Amino acid sequence: MTTRHDTAAPPVKEGGAAPGRPPGDDASAAALQKRARLSRRWQRDIRWSPYAFVSPFFLLFVAFGLFPLLYTGWASLHQVELTAPTDMNWVGLRNYTRIFDDEFFWNAAKNTLTIGVISTVPQLLMAMGIAHILNYKLRASTFFRVAMLAPYATSIAAASLVFVMLFGRDYGMINWTLDAVGIDPVDWQNDKWPSQIAVSSIIIWRWTGYNALIYLAAMQAIPHDLYESAALDGASRWQQFIHVTVPALRPTILFTCVVSTIGASQVFGEPLLFDANKGTSGGAEHQFQTLGLYLYEQGWVAQHLGRASAIAWTMFLMLIVIGVINYVISRRLRASS
Amino acid sequence: MTTTVTPTDAKPADKSRRPRLPKAARAGGQLHGGPIAYAILILFTIVSLFPLVWSAIAASRDNNRLAQTPPPFWFGGGLFDKIELAWTDANLGEAFFNTTVVAGVSAATVVFLSTIAGFAFAKLRFRGRGAMMLIVIGTMMVPPQLSVIPLYMMVAKLDWTDQLQAVIFPSLVSAFGVFFMRQYLIQALPDEIIEAARVDGASSWRVVWHVVFPAARPAMAVLGMLVFVQTWNDFLWPFLVLTQTGNPTVQVAVAALGRGYTPDQSLIMAGALLGTLPLLLVFAIFGKQIVGGIMQGAVKG
Repeated sequence: MTTRHDTAAPPVKEGGAAPGRPPGDDASAAALQKRARLSRRWQRDIRWSPYAFVSPFFLLFVAFGLFPLLYTGWASLHQVELTAPTDMNWVGLRNYTRIFDDEFFWNAAKNTLTIGVISTVPQLLMAMGIAHILNYKLRASTFFRVAMLAPYATSIAAASLVFVMLFGRDYGMINWTLDAVGIDPVDWQNDKWPSQIAVSSIIIWRWTGYNALIYLAAMQAIPHDLYESAALDGASRWQQFIHVTVPALRPTILFTCVVSTIGASQVFGEPLLFDANKGTSGGAEHQFQTLGLYLYEQGWVAQHLGRASAIAWTMFLMLIVIGVINYVISRRLRASS
Repeated sequence: MTTTVTPTDAKPADKSRRPRLPKAARAGGQLHGGPIAYAILILFTIVSLFPLVWSAIAASRDNNRLAQTPPPFWFGGGLFDKIELAWTDANLGEAFFNTTVVAGVSAATVVFLSTIAGFAFAKLRFRGRGAMMLIVIGTMMVPPQLSVIPLYMMVAKLDWTDQLQAVIFPSLVSAFGVFFMRQYLIQALPDEIIEAARVDGASSWRVVWHVVFPAARPAMAVLGMLVFVQTWNDFLWPFLVLTQTGNPTVQVAVAALGRGYTPDQSLIMAGALLGTLPLLLVFAIFGKQIVGGIMQGAVKG
């Protein structure tokens, strides 16, 4: 195939006639007709095959992506019970007023925010540092990169269960280590902040290495004459990092922030499994119940799918607001630089 | 759409991660990492691997030993017994089979559909291309949790509860896959080759089969692995529509272990380990390619 291009004719405009057609005057009528038919088929092919190629994706997307998303909004205006999901009674905005009056909704919203911050900020900062180090010339660099992807290969369920044991109050490895250095044991499950930190640490553990690789990829795309001229101007390593690396990474940082924010708004499995006995309430005092968990509790434990839909749609609107804020801030930053 | 070719797009050559040796200055004129760099990396590697190693240690000990204060630091003798128990008792054997089917079918389908759609977006001109691509990019940002309730209603109506297709179908929608393949094909597939095939009278379908697929093979492999990993580890949706007794995936079965009424810690750890092992194996073998794929996708995104 690769030897072909030197013999290829100049690009044929799409929608044009079949390429390579010889002058038609010496061809018989039948051949002409056949050629015309081929040409028509050719044109149809050129015009419609792009749609054929994208349509399977879009059909699946409409059926399992777009429709459910919109239908969630519709269902949120109805009373729907889990036991009879097809019986829908119009209730207007009552599902929304119900959840806005529920202290546990606001509790879950706050927890989602704090767990989101506790898990995302250190995670991205550490990822940036690790990426910076990985960008040095290193022996066994492939080994390090693969090793820090091991948490990414570990499922939420497996990771959460292992961390539950490590954070165990009486026999857990972490409290034992704290004890060894003279710190009192911490009740990682029942105290509010410790439990949120513990849940966040599962998220940090799973995603730091992955984000480090993303930053590393972006760092490798920075042209190094930027560093050379910075070095000529007498910038130290640290100044180079702050004034060359970080600005060049801005689009990537924004990207990881958006992805992490979306991820943080969805946290579900970690808190669900962190206290298996309490399950959906997210701890005895709801101290680490996230919105995802609250949605599940309302929909599948309390069996109010309509109310759960209202929660989902509220989360969506919150994400859009955060997205807009994100966009405005990043524009400001770009304008100021 | 040409505006999407940002400067970062133009540097795909850097994916050969072996630094060119003579000139010291790769990104940033940086030199060899010093001992501190290695120390930090080694510490980070230990933190990354420790929970996994420890789950194996805990699985190899009995529950009495796990309820004592210096926690065990080395393996006991019961590892294989516990793994066997997890395989049979916790239904992990069946779960393994189910998850392999789900992840395999999803990965193969997503790769195929993403490649042809990505090719159309990258190399073919058609009305509505820009708008459609915008929809694809917009979809990447919509979290799946927003769709679970109607999907659940659909599954209930179709009577798909506890059946694998309930998990497979929603996982086939991958806007990321389309985007990923498009970005790859823009730079990996020269227009001249397509033109040449056209000149030879190849139909669009033949172009896909004989030109696009061979050119896209490396990216298809990477995307396949990424989708496989993601589907294998997917938790929320399988947890909603599958139960421990009816066609669980590995994640559902492992989570059920943790939520059981008799917390057999050592058995839970064996299950967690067993559920992770296949992917760790895949990463150990194809780690380099997966790392490359994640980094490649990142620069493009």
